[in-house]
Amino acid sequence: MALSFEKYLRTQKMPHIWCPGCGHGIVTQAIIRAIDELGLNTEKIAIVSGIGCSSRAPGYLNFDTLHTTHGRAIAFATGIKMARPELKVIVITGDGDAAAIGGNHLIHAARRNIGLTVVCFDNNIYGMTSGQYSPLTPVGSFASTAPYGMLERPFDLCELVVGAGGTFAARSTTYHARHLVNVIKEALTHNGFSFVDALSQCPTYYGRRNKLRTPLDMMNWFRDHAVPVSTWEKMPPEEREGKFPIGVIKKVDAPEFSEVYSGLIEKVRERGDE
Amino acid sequence: MASEQRKVAMTGNEAVANALRQIDPDVVAAYPITPQTDIVQYFSQFVSDGQVKTEFVTVESEHSAMSATVGASAAGARAMTATSSQGLALMWEMLHIASSYRLPIVMPVVNRALSGPINIHCDHSDTMGSLTTGWIQIYSESAQEAYDNVIQAVRIAEHPDVLLPVMVCQDGFITSHGIENLEILADEDVKQFVGEYKPSNYLLNIKEPVTFGPLALQDYYTEFKVQQAEAMANAKKVILEVAEEYAKLSGRKYGLFEGYRLDDAERVIVVLSSTAGTTKAVVDELRSKGQKVGLLKPRVIRPFPAEELVDALSGAKAVAVMDRAETFSTQGGQIFTELRAAFYYAKERPLMRNYIFGLGGRDTTTREIHKVFSDLENDLERGHVEKLVTHLDVRE
Repeated sequence: MALSFEKYLRTQKMPHIWCPGCGHGIVTQAIIRAIDELGLNTEKIAIVSGIGCSSRAPGYLNFDTLHTTHGRAIAFATGIKMARPELKVIVITGDGDAAAIGGNHLIHAARRNIGLTVVCFDNNIYGMTSGQYSPLTPVGSFASTAPYGMLERPFDLCELVVGAGGTFAARSTTYHARHLVNVIKEALTHNGFSFVDALSQCPTYYGRRNKLRTPLDMMNWFRDHAVPVSTWEKMPPEEREGKFPIGVIKKVDAPEFSEVYSGLIEKVRERGDE
Repeated sequence: MASEQRKVAMTGNEAVANALRQIDPDVVAAYPITPQTDIVQYFSQFVSDGQVKTEFVTVESEHSAMSATVGASAAGARAMTATSSQGLALMWEMLHIASSYRLPIVMPVVNRALSGPINIHCDHSDTMGSLTTGWIQIYSESAQEAYDNVIQAVRIAEHPDVLLPVMVCQDGFITSHGIENLEILADEDVKQFVGEYKPSNYLLNIKEPVTFGPLALQDYYTEFKVQQAEAMANAKKVILEVAEEYAKLSGRKYGLFEGYRLDDAERVIVVLSSTAGTTKAVVDELRSKGQKVGLLKPRVIRPFPAEELVDALSGAKAVAVMDRAETFSTQGGQIFTELRAAFYYAKERPLMRNYIFGLGGRDTTTREIHKVFSDLENDLERGHVEKLVTHLDVRE
């Protein structure tokens, strides 16, 4: 039976604000599908966002949602998880939100291994404020603040999370819509901090400036440049040039922080300390 | 002799961006935020096109934008940035650093409501929240005023008796995105007016090493603050001197406030920025019916021109102060409480009441202004104010 989206959406909030051809709807539906297919109790899910195009998603999602300030979604979500460890806490963020203004929160959540699932709607541009370059904008590509091409080197967000001690990092794209659902499902079932770099297209502010005239061109670009992680690992460096891996890039088990913290409380109580 | 001015049609943001272009600061550091983004966006184009020599720094947050601006200014550069709302809130820590280092930074601010709930439209909660940061604050009614104020702000900030940072505010969307006719000065006239920036103490002067922001505890902290307060007091005179010089150049005269049909006015509205324009239309309408009404539009509220405002309102019988931000003090908005306090020692005190209005961009039209004047009329008949603080145009 086809998935009925109505129960997961605040349909009265439609139409949404995203531009025609924007990939954010695909990522949002992937999150819904993942939740539905895992049969998660929607009463036990909290969805948190910051500011930006991506962060509008929770406004349309019929869950307990918290729309916070620019860059701080992970910090707010950390508070929720610590206060209510039994909740599944999902953070919806963007590349500007998570990697620029809120980058510090991302690396520390990864380091702590706190049980949040962060889905970054990564369109490598500041869409909401009309196309300034972000820390994910590729070198040489054009943005409103990079009229001669981007000079700065971008982050690899999965590598950043792994480097910060993250226990789960994965990547997919809006072209690989089914794969994206599977990756988010794995992230949601990981016990600890899980990060999904969901590449999404911004035809309005990125595609038009970068010879990817239509949303389809942008999605085809994802198709042509994404490499499954198993293949990626066998590729020599010269073949990796211009490509990127998709799939689960890192998954290891480590104690989840809110559990570690609860354990400490138990231990201290047992000892009878004040 | 000033060259001829150019008549242009521009938004408030574009006008301010052009003021920045003409000032040609050494460094601009910025982060995008609605509705300010246009200013630095236009400016980045000027940088790309080689119309300015500015080093343009794109940063990863407003905290970093102000930090980079502080660093550049301390190093001896003429440094600027621009922001709105949450961006200003995120800068809060660095606002104090800028003013206490006595750095003459000029920052256009496009007024926008603070979260939450999330809102991108105009009110003054952002800059009203930063009144205690040691920055001079100038408010603009129109794109023309925003443009003129930014140019004057450079001279005010850099004056040796002042050396304080300045925010130049305009109303988000209403002014920032509305296209108006205005006159802009010739590039060479602005260049001459602002002059070359010659800081007296700066980090890159290696012949005379200095320290910014050292530790000063019980021993010297107080003296630093007293000096800042004295500089703020000095600013009042400097603002008027700069305005006078600017009037000679531009033909446009500015003061600490603007009085509109105020001389014999019995009922007066005090309001900042774009709403003053709406109020002027109502004043004209009521005046044509023989009613003695007027407007007082403060231009500068840091420093707060207490004596001047009291003097200007000395003939008024009933005054409505309209604040575009809640303070949650329960005693009214910021301008109201300060103006009311200023009247404490005055011989004659008018009836005075407060309206909190236009929050989160709620439209304030001539209809609401009519209501305020009519409330004042009723108060005069009654002999006392009906209500100290009123939230204007609220859903029942």
